[in-house]
Amino acid sequence: MQELTADAAIELRGIDKSFGSVRAVRGVSVRIERGSITGIVGENGAGKSTLMSILYGLYRADAGAILVDGRPVEMTRPRDAIGHGIGMVHQHFMLVDSFTVLENLILGAEGGPLLAGGLAAARSELARLARDYGLAVDPDARVADLSVGEQQRVEILKVLLRGARILILDEPSAVLTPQETDRLLEILRVLRDRGVTVVLITHKLREILAVTEKVIVMRLGEVVAERRTAETTVEELAELMVGRKVRFDLDKAPIREGETLLAARHLSLVDGRGVRLLDDISLEVKAGEIVGIAGVSGNGQSELLQVLSGIRRPTGGEFEACGRRIDAAHPVDPAEMRDLGVAHVPEDRLRQGLVPAFLASETSILGYQDREPFCHNYLLDGPAVGKYCADLMERFDVRPRTPGLLSLNFSGGNQQKLILAREMARNPKVLLVGQPTRGVDIGAIEFIRRELVRSRDAGCAVLVVSVELEEILSLADRILVMFAGRIVGEVAAGQADERTLGLMMAGARAA
Amino acid sequence: MSALRRPLPGWVEIGLLPLANIALAFLVVGLIVEVIGVDPFHALRLLVMGAVGSSESIGYTLYYATNFIFTGLAVAVAFHAGLFNIGGEGQAYIGGLGCGLAVLALDRYLPGLLMIPLAILASAAFGAAWAAIPAWMQAWRGSHIVITTIMFNFVASALMVYLMVNVLIAPGSMTPQSRGFGASAAVPSMQAALQWVGIAVGPSALNLSLLLALLCCVGVWIFLWHTPWGYGLRTMGHNPEAALYAGTSLKRTTMLAMCLSGALAGGVAVNELLGVHHRLLLDFAAGYGFTGIAVALMGRGHPLGIVLAALLFGALQQGGAELAFEIPAITREMVVVIQGLVILFSGALVHLPRPWLQALFARRS
Repeated sequence: MQELTADAAIELRGIDKSFGSVRAVRGVSVRIERGSITGIVGENGAGKSTLMSILYGLYRADAGAILVDGRPVEMTRPRDAIGHGIGMVHQHFMLVDSFTVLENLILGAEGGPLLAGGLAAARSELARLARDYGLAVDPDARVADLSVGEQQRVEILKVLLRGARILILDEPSAVLTPQETDRLLEILRVLRDRGVTVVLITHKLREILAVTEKVIVMRLGEVVAERRTAETTVEELAELMVGRKVRFDLDKAPIREGETLLAARHLSLVDGRGVRLLDDISLEVKAGEIVGIAGVSGNGQSELLQVLSGIRRPTGGEFEACGRRIDAAHPVDPAEMRDLGVAHVPEDRLRQGLVPAFLASETSILGYQDREPFCHNYLLDGPAVGKYCADLMERFDVRPRTPGLLSLNFSGGNQQKLILAREMARNPKVLLVGQPTRGVDIGAIEFIRRELVRSRDAGCAVLVVSVELEEILSLADRILVMFAGRIVGEVAAGQADERTLGLMMAGARAA
Repeated sequence: MSALRRPLPGWVEIGLLPLANIALAFLVVGLIVEVIGVDPFHALRLLVMGAVGSSESIGYTLYYATNFIFTGLAVAVAFHAGLFNIGGEGQAYIGGLGCGLAVLALDRYLPGLLMIPLAILASAAFGAAWAAIPAWMQAWRGSHIVITTIMFNFVASALMVYLMVNVLIAPGSMTPQSRGFGASAAVPSMQAALQWVGIAVGPSALNLSLLLALLCCVGVWIFLWHTPWGYGLRTMGHNPEAALYAGTSLKRTTMLAMCLSGALAGGVAVNELLGVHHRLLLDFAAGYGFTGIAVALMGRGHPLGIVLAALLFGALQQGGAELAFEIPAITREMVVVIQGLVILFSGALVHLPRPWLQALFARRS
């Protein structure tokens, strides 16, 4: 009965929100206790982001009431939320890279026509916050020079500087190394101890267990459970999120290595401004194994995939794929790579993997549009494409099974399954996969990982790039760690643990 | 922002929304006409009768529409590739140069069955070539196509004046025009063509180029939605990174889209030179290239929509001319204002009636 007596910083009562015919949030009532850390978990599309957007004034609820400190309030725009002391730290940082920390902090609160006054005020305020919360950042550093973890601290400071006493963080650890995440969680604890109320939206259950007092589980727009963190487990939370038992372990048959199908030797990539994006990369992937590339995003993994799939040509070194040698003088285009038997599931499905405004059936032939059976006599065969797409949907359990629906109307998991289906349908010899389960719900994660393992067992050489360590650990037979465009370590799956990998990801050469 | 994304039923989106936009435009036009002391309903009646009141006026409406279909398709094809081709004007003009050169060189030797297709190809080829230069500059050098195509309109205009005044002018002529084309290079007028099948209509500038324009509509539709190249082109327009991923060359596709676009704009020359003027002259393409942008936007980039939008703009052009003729208080400039308002409401303010329609259909469903 402690909940009822505890002081509620925020209370949502009977919040309802529909988009068209979709009820994104259904009659949700929650209480966020003052000075606590509350976690909100749920699959993609469970309504947690919508709920927080309503609280932050980005959307208006169709029904229900919002109470801050026990008083009902109207939230029609973010400014109202800020006025009530609610601040939000977005998953994607909203910082101007070429500005200093201080300049970023006064953005939108310049305090008059001349900047000097606002800057001075922000500087003293920043000093106070650094003292009170232990959030030290050099105010005169350029944001571009800061690490991702520090940039996130700037975001948090920005919100605190606006007088926020209630902090909403949306997937804050998506771009952090395990060590940086630990530091973030430490900061959150300090904030809580100083009386700040924290709401943490995440799908990483480990963080929820580490730092929160209470967890709210959402599914299909409803709150399906509230638990005291001390009284729950990862397994229980996952089951509540998905609505059924979830298996975290993958059944992997012992490895049966075959010939080397993909081999890079001293591969490098320098961009037009002379920045070394890839630096002396050598790696091998054999038939029947999964090689995982771990690393914090932005350390060259994207570029590596682009080079290996033929999208960018390397500037130095060479690689061999399915018997063909490729180097700066002998480039290859992505269509030729597909002919060689190299399939690629790109890491950014909305920008690379599909065209949101295309039909699902059109998406299902992206990259294969000029091949049989989709194209004969220079014309696309609409019915054949539709039937093919329906087949893929059936085999990979894409829902809804409607080839005529626009790609953007599928959930992230189903989009990803469709792309995976497209790339795996032709039994490639080499499969390059970037972020296989980014922004994908737990049910689909299970499915996608199992499919990847199945294609490994069928003799495909699989290269998986992921920023999710847990994913790399569960999938890969061998793990390579990338940092600043280089491969800084290699670990066999059996000997890997999060700590050593985390250190390598941060640039410390441990192995 | 979220309000804009809420979907409306398809027929409302495609049918009712443009109609609401046009109605709003005419409401404002009516107010302006009222202010200058003319009965708006009388003016409207004159406008409509002027556009569709007789077989002659319908002929002229369709003749203007022919030009708008060509330039509308031109803008749309480039737009599907994510390229904003503002150079339809210049491409049509230079297309005319190609058309004129082909005819002036060969009309004495070739029969119509060879001469006309050849002149059409020359129009398309020159239009395409004129578009290919900005396309190349964008694809390989990174110059922005909006800027370069605008500049190429001026270059085309200056080049044509030079050529017409100094090179192609008919000997002994005081006006900068070429000699008249031979009879083998004349696209038959619609009046003559309909007479062959026993239908009598009044004389107008309408000629069989309209059929070519409609053929182009079908061709564009097949190309964009039923060939792998059209697929690649649309992929690039929506999502260049996805096109790269799929192995579509952005450079080649930029060239392809712009050349097609320029070739379609060249159709204006077919309608104007082979169909109407029967000689090469200055400024025959004036305004059609720019209006084509509005036609493509209003037609939502779809050939069917472009035909409908072209009909509307053709009717405005023809009805507006009649209106200016009948009511002295309404000048030609006034007619341009009317066109401008239609463009404003169906282009820039296209989403204005959306909340009302949304409210209407939200309540009903």
